[in-house]
Order: sequence, then structure tokens, then C-alpha cells
Amino acid sequence: MSETNNSGPMLAADGTPLKESLGRALRRQKIRGLALVAPLLLFVLLTFVIPIVSMLVRSVENQIVSDTIPGTVTALSNWDRQAGQTPPEEVFQKLFFDMFNAAEAKEHTKLGTRLNYENTGLASLFRTSGRSMDDIGEVFQDAIEDTDSRFEEGAFWYEMMSGAGGEAVIAERRARWESLTGDNMSGDIGFTLSQDVATMLPTTAAAYTDFAIWTAIEDSDVVAEEDPWEAVYAALAVDLRDPSRAAAVAGYGGPGAEALQALTAAEMPVLSFTDAFAELDDDWASPGVWQTIAVYSPNYTSGYFLNSVDRELTVDGVEARPDNERLYIKLFGRTLWMSLIITGSCILLGYPIAWLLANLPVRTANVLMILVLLPFWTSLLVRTSAWKVLLQQQGVINELLVWLGFVDDANRLILMNNSTGTIIAMTHILLPFMILPLYSVMKTVPPTYLRAAKSLGATNWTAFWRVYFPQSVPGIGAGSILVFILAIGYYITPEIVGGTDGVFISNRIAYHISRSLNWGLAAALGTILLVLVLALYWVYDQIVGIDNVKLGG
Amino acid sequence: MAETHEGEAFVEFERVQKSYDGETLVVKDLNLSMPKGEFLTMLGPSGSGKTTCLMMLAGFETATHGDIRLDGKSINDIPPHKRGIGMVFQNYALFPHMTIGENLAFPLEVRKMGKTVRDEKVKRALDMVEMGAFANRRPAQLSGGQQQRVALARALVFEPELVLMDEPLGALDKQLREKMQFEITHLAHNLGITTVYVTHDQTEALTMSDRVAVFDDGRIQQLAPPDELYEAPQNSFVAQFIGENNTLSGVVTQIENDKCIVRLDSGEEIDAKPVNVSEVGERTTVSIRPERVETNKDRLSDDAHTLKAEVLEFIYMGDIFRTRLRVANSEEFIVKTRNAPDQPRLRPGEQIEIGWLPEDCRALDA
Repeated sequence: MSETNNSGPMLAADGTPLKESLGRALRRQKIRGLALVAPLLLFVLLTFVIPIVSMLVRSVENQIVSDTIPGTVTALSNWDRQAGQTPPEEVFQKLFFDMFNAAEAKEHTKLGTRLNYENTGLASLFRTSGRSMDDIGEVFQDAIEDTDSRFEEGAFWYEMMSGAGGEAVIAERRARWESLTGDNMSGDIGFTLSQDVATMLPTTAAAYTDFAIWTAIEDSDVVAEEDPWEAVYAALAVDLRDPSRAAAVAGYGGPGAEALQALTAAEMPVLSFTDAFAELDDDWASPGVWQTIAVYSPNYTSGYFLNSVDRELTVDGVEARPDNERLYIKLFGRTLWMSLIITGSCILLGYPIAWLLANLPVRTANVLMILVLLPFWTSLLVRTSAWKVLLQQQGVINELLVWLGFVDDANRLILMNNSTGTIIAMTHILLPFMILPLYSVMKTVPPTYLRAAKSLGATNWTAFWRVYFPQSVPGIGAGSILVFILAIGYYITPEIVGGTDGVFISNRIAYHISRSLNWGLAAALGTILLVLVLALYWVYDQIVGIDNVKLGG
Repeated sequence: MAETHEGEAFVEFERVQKSYDGETLVVKDLNLSMPKGEFLTMLGPSGSGKTTCLMMLAGFETATHGDIRLDGKSINDIPPHKRGIGMVFQNYALFPHMTIGENLAFPLEVRKMGKTVRDEKVKRALDMVEMGAFANRRPAQLSGGQQQRVALARALVFEPELVLMDEPLGALDKQLREKMQFEITHLAHNLGITTVYVTHDQTEALTMSDRVAVFDDGRIQQLAPPDELYEAPQNSFVAQFIGENNTLSGVVTQIENDKCIVRLDSGEEIDAKPVNVSEVGERTTVSIRPERVETNKDRLSDDAHTLKAEVLEFIYMGDIFRTRLRVANSEEFIVKTRNAPDQPRLRPGEQIEIGWLPEDCRALDA
């Protein structure tokens, strides 16, 4: 027995607080309940929550730019993007080394594809430029090898670069490769960088380390036996161009010191990377290309979402897209509007059927119910294709109308490949989702209410409208939510019978996922759709009240 | 509405038949006439046709044959909403989406009454059933008894001359039911409303009604005031259905005026009053109420027939004793005796003799 105490909490018989005691008693029940839902919870988590979260992340994710051309992105941060000029030489130089690595790893085309979403033409620019990085490097390679033929040998390079203390540089380059390729780059590379060289010739050290890591891990070759990449020669040339580094070389005494010192004295080509890129493609000399790269260089971007609402991110901030590129707002509007029409038609067509079902004798109602459920037993694709047969200009409906003389043979109705087709077919397909909740709610409204209303003097219509209808509203609510939310995300039916005027936003999402491969945009569109549904649900809750939604009982 | 005089038929059923499937008649040849202001109860087991009769009167079912008249006019072709009959349903049928006030205003609204008149009438009707304080509540917020009162007020608020009630107290507990029985009868009599009340509860029928129509098998078996129904049942169904009853079967051996002698199947002879028998040799079921059986031989006349009985069970019930006897091969013979000082308490196994006044034992149809 518990004991009431005016000042303290209620106590159980053994003196523990009653709440604690109760909590302990309920814990076992709670654990059991949790164990029962656990499998479903896990399933939902894996197949529903995680994909949705990943979709949300993907819609703003933009690491590809800084992962592929990290040096360029860092260098670009100081560039005045609004000035309307191309970036300084330093940026082009970084771009060369970034692009060289990206081309080795064949990642540059992916970046091109990504940036192409924002600025058409960048895909081919990156693809063709990537191929030509070797050519730029070769200019330096030829000059260096002409000066001293020892630079032709991989072993010489290996000996010159090897030493101790350069672990930090190697670790940094490994991390860069990892974020570029997404592969694991750890493992022995059979090369240790000399810290002295790294301090003296940082660009060369970085380029050679990149080459060493790639050669050892991706190509599984021995670094000492391989000739370095053209980029390494270019890096050496870049380093030696710097007078302070050249001075450091003069005082160096490590392996290959005299070869390096000879190089500082030799004539090196005065190749500017800016010119080299401009020669590859005029576009590199266009500030627009660089603006796009700069605007989309952060790790996260609102670009996909802006694109989803027909806006774009430019150096001057958010701007509307040109008229001929606007698509999505119209498509969202059409999706909402047509879903509303479909929901409305489902109410109009489903209400009388549900009423009939609810008021017929059980045996007859069951037969009718089977007819209602029959569509569920046939494939959605088959049903939609059947509509195609029916709705064609030479299809069953048109033939019938022409035969009956309602429609002139020359003016057959266009019922398909437009919004009419989508509305007709989707109303048919979604009708059961309206009828079932309506039916189950109507089933709970006893016929005595109608009789009572009539006995009180109401006509059939008044009795229905004032007494029966208000009680069936929860069913309309449940059916409408169900149909509307299903309709808003529908894909197959609009795809098959919708043509161009009758497609929904989902068709566009599917297009971006399976054809244009712009998953970020697809994710942003999907996220907007999700938010839209949640917002409408909230509005619905405010107006109708979600308590008023019944699926029966 | 035209003035009707006492005794003149206000509600009339004439040769009314009803069939749902075209094969069997649910109501067979119903004739009934009730004067204005009468409280008539239709009593019967389920499936006896009583509710069908009520629904035909309300207009929710149409008679297959025959004529139903209200105040002299045939209402067969008048739709329910034009009949102006108030109705109380089994589960009250209060509209759940309206408040109590709106529920009551509904019949006035559809009659296009003004708001002030409406409000006044609603208030008066609610006060009448002592529910004036609940006008803004929803039906679901009221208890069963309160809903019942509201349903009654709603059926009366538009001042109908005829009110139908379809087992309105079925869902209430015993105590509340008894209270409401009393209130409904008072209200009906005070307002002078003609009431047709359907129930399968015989106590309700006996305590509330001016007359009771006992239904069975689609026919009225007996239409009589409660006391007559109980004390003078016209046939064995009514005798069985109303109150507790002992039955014994046998053959009439002697019959003269309003007395006859019946030889039971066990060979013993008893006195009875012939009701449904007219000839010697006819088979009959005699019916006697448990409280009319006399266990004290001294109180019977000398020439009265008696039966030997063995006490099987004695139940003390406070105000009465209930004794189960074996009489003439029947083990279900019940005797009720008043708990009085001189009344012996019988013990199981005791052999006694029982008898009765001839007029208390009715020889009915077999």
C-alpha cells in the first residue's frame, strides 16, 4: 500500500518513491515492446531514414570541386571574382598540377560534369584539357633532359629525392590522393622523402611524392624504376624559377646537387601556365569559367536548390535563370495543381461508391469491394498501358465516340500525351485509396442518423448534407491525404501517358537520376517535394485537424 | 390538425402486411387502433414484427399491403419527414458533430423557424428534461441517461402529436432505466402526447403503458391493459411471455360455464377456468401464476382438487420465498410465497399438497 505524505512524494510499500517503483515495473514491458518493433525499426532506418538523410546531404554537397582541384580552390580564394579578369598566373600554375593529378586518376571529367550543370561547356573543357596536361609538362621535361641527360632516368630522380624527415609531406599528399580518388592510399610506397629537398624544392617534392604514391599503390610498380611524370619536371622548373629557391640549390650538397645546380644556370623555357591553358582552349581565358569555378568551390552549395527553383548562383549573388531555362517552378505548380484535380475527381467518383458499399447488404458489398480492389491485383504498368490503348487517338474511346457520332473523325479527341491523359489514368489508379478510407468511415456511421434526421423533418438532401456528410468528412480527409501525397510523387503513369504536358516533377527527378546523372539536383528536387508534402500536411492539420482523419473504426 | 375526440382512433393499422423477401410475412394482418393521448407499448420477442410496425408508422418501411392512418388520413405515401412524428431511437442517434442545442434546434431549423423562436423552444424542451445547462456540450460528453433525456427532448421539441420510441432505455442500467420509465410516462401524460413504445422488456411494458400489444409471429397476440394482460392472458404465448408462469398439460374431462376439470398427463385431475377450450376431450395447457398457488390446504375449499408435490429447492429472497417443486412429472413448478410470520419455510424433500382457486388456473390452447 502506498502512503500519502503532504510534503514528500508518494511512497510504495517498501519505502521507494512510487514513481520509481512504477517505472521499474513498466521497464520490462517497455523493453519487450521495443524488442517487438526493433526489426521494423531497423528495416525502416536502413531503407528509409538513411536514404532520406543521404538525399538531403547530397542536395547541398559539393566537395568534388575542392577534392579534385584543392590547390586551385585555395589560390582562387584571393582572386577578385567580380573584377571581370582572369586569375593570376599562380592560379593557373596550381590548376596545372591539380589537373595533372586529376587526369592521372581520371577524376577531371567528373568535375567537368559537375561544373557543366552550372555552366554548359565545362565538361568538354575539362575533358580535353586533362588530356593535354602531359603536353604542357613535356615542354619542361624536354628542356631539363636536354640540359642534363641524367634527369631521364628514374633511378637518378629517386636517389635525388630520397632521404629522411619528409614524412609529413608524404602524409599530406596521401590524404590529397585519398580525397581525390576516394580510395585508400595507405601502404608502403618504397620511398622516403628527404626533408632537405622538400624545404628547398617544395613544388618538386610534392609532385614527386604524388608520382611515387600513385606509382607504388595504384600501379603497383617500383618507384625507383619508373620515370617521373611530366608534372615533376614542370615542378622542378617552377621551383628553380624562384630566385630564393635557386639560391638554396646553390648551397645544397645532397645527392644530385651538382645536376640541380647546373639546371639553375641553364636556360629554361619561359612558359607561362596562363598562356599554356589559353592555348589549349580559349575558354580558360574567359573570366566566366573562373567565376563558375570560384562560386562553386565551397564544400557545400545552395546551387542545386536554387536550380530547383529556376535560380542560379552567380558572382553577383542569386539570379533568375534565363526564360528558356526555367522549368521547375512550373513543373512543381503543375504537379500540385494536377494532384489537386486528381484528388478532387477521386472524391467525386469515390464518394457515391463508398456510400453504396457501406449501405448495401454485406454479400453484395463484398462483391463490389472485390471490384474496387481488383485493380490492386493487376500490375500498375499493365493498367497504365491499358489506358494507353483506350486513350489513343485511334484507341477504343475515340473509336467509340466517332462511331456514335459524338466526335468527328477528323477531330478525334487528344486524350493522351497531355495532362488529360495523366488525370484520367491516375484518377483511376488512385481511386481505391479514396474509396477504402471513405468506406471504412462510412461503415461506422449508423443509418439511424439519417432516419433520425428524416424523422425530425429533414428532406433526404438536408439529412445527407447536415447529418451524414459531416460525419464522413474524416474519411474524405484521410482519402484526400492518401491520394494527394501518392499523386504528388507519382512517376510511372505520367511517364507513360503524360507526354510532355502531363509529366510530374518525379519524372524530372527520375530523369536526373538515371539519364543526366545530376544526382545533386535530383536530391534537391526530392527534398523540396518532401518539404512541400510536409508543409501541406501541416496546413491540412491546421485547417481540418489531423485528429479528424480516420481510416475507420 | 383536426380535433379528435376521446376514443376516436388517432393511429390506425388496417390489415397491414409486410414482407421483405416476398416469401415470408414479417407482419401478418395487423389491425390496431389507438385513441389520442394513449401510451401503447408493442411488446414481443425479437423478430416478432414489433419494430417493423414502428418503422412502417414512422415511414422508414412501406407496408406491403394494407392501410396505416394517422388522424384519419392515410399516410402510406407520405415520406417520413412530412409525417411530423417524433421518434426516439434505440441508441439515441444524437448527431455527434452538433452540440445538444444544435441537435434540438435541427428539427426547428428544417421547419424554417426564426432564431428567437428556435432558441426559446430549445430552452423550454431542455428545461423540461432538466438538461438546460448542457446546451453547449457535445453528445459524447454526456452520460447515457443524459443522452436519453436529450433524445427525448429532441423528439418533443417540434411538438409532434405522436411520438415513437424504439427500445429507448435498452442501453441504460437497471436503476436509471426505472427512473426514466417513470419520467417518460409522466412527460407523455402531462403533454398529452400519443406514444407508441417498442420494447422487449415486459416489466417496462407493464409499468409504463395504458395498453400493451403483445407481438409474436407477426401478429398481435393480445392487446390489453397491463393488469388484464397479466391476470387474464388470452393464450399460452402471452401467459408464458408475461411474468413467471407454471404450465401443465392435459385433457379436458369436464366443462361447465366457467369451470372445467383437466386430467393431467400424470393422471391427476385439477380445476381450471376454460379460456381457449370449449369441448370435452380437447388437449390444453393450463397456466397458473406462482404467487397464486396455495401450499396451505386449510385455505382451499373442501371440494378443490389438490396435487401431491415434493419440495426440490427452497430459495429465500427476502420479501418472498421461492420454492421449486416436483409436480405431476414436472420439476420446474415454482411457488412464490410472501415472507410472513405464519408462512412455513419448506425443506427440500418435504412432501406437501398444493392447490388453487379454479379461476386462477387458466386452461389455454395446447
